[in-house]
Amino acid sequence: MTSPVLSVRNLEVEFHTRRSVLHAINGISFDIAKGEVLGVVGESGAGKSVTGLAVIGLIDPPGRIAGGEIHLSGMRIDHLPPEEIRRIRGKRIGMIFQDPLTSLNPLYKIGDQIVETIRTHLNLSETAARKRAIDLLAEVGIPAPEKRIDAYPHEFSGGMRQRVVIALAICAEPDLIIADEPTTALDVSVQAQIISLIKRLGRDHGTAVMLVTHDMGVIAETSDRVAVMYSGRIAEIGPVQDVVQNPLHPYAKGLMGAIPTLAGEDKRLVQIPGSMPRLSAIPNGCSFNPRCGFVFDRCRVERPEPIAHGTQAVACHLYDSAPKSAIKETAA
Amino acid sequence: MLAFTLRRAIQAIGVMIAVGVISFSMFRFAGDPVNQIVSLDTPPAEREAVRKSLGLDDPVPVQFARYFGNAVQFKFGVSYQFRQPVSSLLAERMPATLELAICATIFAMVFGILMGVYSALKRDTVLAKIFQAVSLIGISLPTFLIGILLIYLFSVTLGWLPSFGRGDVVRLGWWTTGLLTLSGLKALILPSITLGLFQLTLIMRLVRAEMLEVLRTDYIRFARARGLTTRAIHFGHALKNTLVPVITVAGLQFGSVIAFAIITETVFQWPGMGLLFVQAVQNVDIPIMAAYLLMVSLIFVTINLVVDILYTVVDPRLRSTIRRPA
Repeated sequence: MTSPVLSVRNLEVEFHTRRSVLHAINGISFDIAKGEVLGVVGESGAGKSVTGLAVIGLIDPPGRIAGGEIHLSGMRIDHLPPEEIRRIRGKRIGMIFQDPLTSLNPLYKIGDQIVETIRTHLNLSETAARKRAIDLLAEVGIPAPEKRIDAYPHEFSGGMRQRVVIALAICAEPDLIIADEPTTALDVSVQAQIISLIKRLGRDHGTAVMLVTHDMGVIAETSDRVAVMYSGRIAEIGPVQDVVQNPLHPYAKGLMGAIPTLAGEDKRLVQIPGSMPRLSAIPNGCSFNPRCGFVFDRCRVERPEPIAHGTQAVACHLYDSAPKSAIKETAA
Repeated sequence: MLAFTLRRAIQAIGVMIAVGVISFSMFRFAGDPVNQIVSLDTPPAEREAVRKSLGLDDPVPVQFARYFGNAVQFKFGVSYQFRQPVSSLLAERMPATLELAICATIFAMVFGILMGVYSALKRDTVLAKIFQAVSLIGISLPTFLIGILLIYLFSVTLGWLPSFGRGDVVRLGWWTTGLLTLSGLKALILPSITLGLFQLTLIMRLVRAEMLEVLRTDYIRFARARGLTTRAIHFGHALKNTLVPVITVAGLQFGSVIAFAIITETVFQWPGMGLLFVQAVQNVDIPIMAAYLLMVSLIFVTINLVVDILYTVVDPRLRSTIRRPA
């Protein structure tokens, strides 16, 4: 097997506040292979977006990467000097943000913004870059690109603007695209178009995609694998089919149970009691234990590490077939 | 675009008519002009003759129509103290004031934007904190005090720069300029700094605040995610977005620079319109005061108009809303 495009090992991100240090990401590991789409789901504040920002090196003070490693096609990128990580951003990793209405600079024509990005990363002349920009706009499905290239962002609809943002993200043929809730700000009919566009681009160019969202429907439709995040940790990761149909982690079970089905028995949807802990008050042991229906003593003292279980990996003591005799006191 | 410009121009004319009424009413309410012209022992018959020759015995609407008709042709009557046409007095003094105001504005813009950008981008450095502290002084110190302090330091103590006047001027047609002689340039330095310091601190603080605001926006974050160089992000993307409000303020401030040049001109005995105005106030020379009021309003209104049109040049979003009024 070839080495994965993105490999994250034990990543930790913390934010220093006046009072304490908040651990936004608490030791997560995952891989994305060439051409693969990894969906990342979880509630707001689970650390999905921070993970994406950490990969592309955009964690600003007071936040910092506190531990772990990030490898892009085998090259370690988490500790590069700012100028070198800048060269990687946009060239080898493209990023798509949530709100297309505010992602583009309102004072510049979209063509100028694309040409600027192309010429930052590729050694092309103005005319060649402009031609490439037109091709890119055509590829992301903007009609009459040779005319629209000279339009300003406010002259596009939300969906069209998100297409422009995608064109910007892929303009240097990146190995990896990080899409941070690319469809949240769009209406439903446009969402489907954008999702299939991202999927098609990933397939055509062999680009790896990290798709951050809280929309399970989007994940089920696009992703090859899915990672379920809960308070800065990956609760469960595995092929999307398996995780959706047979979730293992109690949190993932709750999450999947909360999706309404069209089959439509009049059953009440499952609801997970309580809410995700604040970063300043993460419980000892498994961070899900206060809300978990299967909680037992070990969950309150020992943090579960991911355990392989079939095609999936799950961070839950329920699946630990050989429980350790001596329970370590991890609480500080 | 044309409709927008026309609409704004018509509004501007409305403002000028209102100012014209106010400036005309100065003649009626600021004492009897005849008393200013004649001496104390002039017999009443002679006073009436003067009154008649000035047209002051006509009904008020007729006087106003005549006044306004003349004002449109830049005829503002005869100065009571100099016995010369006010328009030629103003024309003679205007180049000095405009040169001073333009130099002060350029000084304020250049240093204000540079210092503002610096203190926004490097806001934790010692220099940025010094800029902030100095700007507070610049905003709170009165202009005349700054002028006097500068004169004390650079003219009296160090003796580098002249303390008053315009230096040698060169005559180019009706325009006189101090920009072409060394002594003229040297004479321009201190008054320009004095006059521009307030605008400089204003622009600096505005640029800093706007820049910090813009740097937090999504499109700057996205520009960083696109891997653009820091320089392109700061000076290409952030600065241009910062400049929209800066243009407004700097434009409107140019009007006040001309209007408030009065104080600087008095401190430095600068032979401009402001000094003329101060002398006119001392001598109740109403034609000069009224004309000055009209001139300053005209400048203000024109600048406002230009700023409105300039907006659309910088911000394309305004162009389309203007083209298709909602």
